[in-house]
Amino acid sequence: MRALLVLLAAFALMGQRDPVLVPEISQHEVQVRQGFTGTELLLYGAVLDPDGQAARDYAIVVVLKGPSEPIRLREKERFAGVWINAESSDFRSVPSFFAVAASEPVENIVDERTAAIFEFGTDYIQLSPTGAIDSDALSRFAAGLVDLKERQGLYKQDFQGVTISEGVLYQARISLPSNVTTGMYTAETFAVSRGRVVASATTEVDVRKVGFERFVESSSQEYGLAYGLVAVILSVGMGWGAGRLFARL
Amino acid sequence: MDVYLPIANLSVNGLFIVTLGALTGVLSGLFGVGGGFLTTPLLIFYGIPPTVAAASASTQVTGASVSGVFAHGKRGGVDYRMGAVLVAGGIVGAGLGSLLFRFFRAIGQIDVVINALYVVLLGSIGILMAKEGWQTLRGSKTTEAARRRHHPMVAALPFRYRFYRSGLYISPLAPLLVGVVVGILTMLMGVGGGFILVPAMLYILGMSANVVVGTSLFNILFVTIATTMMHSLTTRAVDIVLVGLLLLGSVSGAQIGSQWAVKAKPEYLRLILAAIVLVIAFRMVLGLFYQPDEIYTLAPL
Repeated sequence: MRALLVLLAAFALMGQRDPVLVPEISQHEVQVRQGFTGTELLLYGAVLDPDGQAARDYAIVVVLKGPSEPIRLREKERFAGVWINAESSDFRSVPSFFAVAASEPVENIVDERTAAIFEFGTDYIQLSPTGAIDSDALSRFAAGLVDLKERQGLYKQDFQGVTISEGVLYQARISLPSNVTTGMYTAETFAVSRGRVVASATTEVDVRKVGFERFVESSSQEYGLAYGLVAVILSVGMGWGAGRLFARL
Repeated sequence: MDVYLPIANLSVNGLFIVTLGALTGVLSGLFGVGGGFLTTPLLIFYGIPPTVAAASASTQVTGASVSGVFAHGKRGGVDYRMGAVLVAGGIVGAGLGSLLFRFFRAIGQIDVVINALYVVLLGSIGILMAKEGWQTLRGSKTTEAARRRHHPMVAALPFRYRFYRSGLYISPLAPLLVGVVVGILTMLMGVGGGFILVPAMLYILGMSANVVVGTSLFNILFVTIATTMMHSLTTRAVDIVLVGLLLLGSVSGAQIGSQWAVKAKPEYLRLILAAIVLVIAFRMVLGLFYQPDEIYTLAPL
């Protein structure tokens, strides 16, 4: 009881409590169907002081992550003039999609340790490497992985991507390319002040295939034999049909 | 025209895929090769995952060869008896090939093996065909007279059997073995195998030239059906939308190609095919020795 009182007193003395973050996302479901060429998500919300005033001196960082998957990364090396796969490294949790947007360059607002904890940037993604591998090799592999994913448009960071208007409303646009993996995406929003993360909130986006695309994917997974037969019938049928058609011409 | 591919998980330009299909279709009708050796690398280059590209290309080759088989069959250009023996060997070979594929993938060297196979096979076949084509073009009769009917080892095999349409009296073991080898390469390289089979029929078995293309297509038809089924049951990488787009182009391309094939001089055709094969082999050599675009490759665990 005494401890609680002391704590309350301490808060009162500091005269400063953590702000409230109210995040929202333009759509909680992304439907991947025929003609899907990617989409743009608008992550927006408000950041307020507990007394309802506009919050001051906050930076906003938004991290959008796709479902993680375990992967093996192989590195090519020159061996007797020929480029072959040499070393490899396993990573247990590689996000299939990773985007960071911030209102200021992250190195200006937090130290490296904090950035690493909250994954503020593509250099700080927690990949959970497995197996005995020295730290030099590990950072080389991680850099290679990030570079590969960046060129596929699946990893990105934009340190001017969040705009804050009137110190209250923030918004960030993050585009999903068409080659995204389906699954549950999490969008984490952080309010950062004086080098410290003072508030955070999470929302989710369900990226899923619907209609015909969903049907095709699930049948290929569950009814492999029937799927294969249909593919064969389709190709034989189309080939035969074209043969008949051209024979008449 | 954007089309979303549900298995490959990305959207592509539909017209580009149809055009690619048409190109390989013309090749398949013209030369009796499946065109997979062209489709698969181009699809991968376009950004489609390699497994999906190889699996779907093999399904597409089925369609392209059906219309080719019909077109050639009508002209009596298919030796069904020879084809059946080749297919039997091809299915055994595809099974062996998938074991080898798994082995090389486990040790992480599958792409090097594939590249090296392409270089060695395409290079030697291309040179062989270019030489032959050039000699027949120049009309040097000496080579024609000196040429052996078929490989001496083929003649040494027992159980001789008459293949009327091919104009051969040889042991079925020879085409069976050829079929097995082609089947292994089909599965390993993700191609129909026509570009190996056609020269093997001409130079090893010594089949008469007018049934070579049709019989090769006949073999490709059944071997790719087997490959499609194998992929559907194991890798689940056949993208039916991608297949449909490729087929749209290739089935019509195959008809056009087989019509051209009748009119064109075979020696010119052989030279052109040799040139295409050599260009691809050269590209593969560069791929082995030059620093690749991607040093790192991802594989799901």
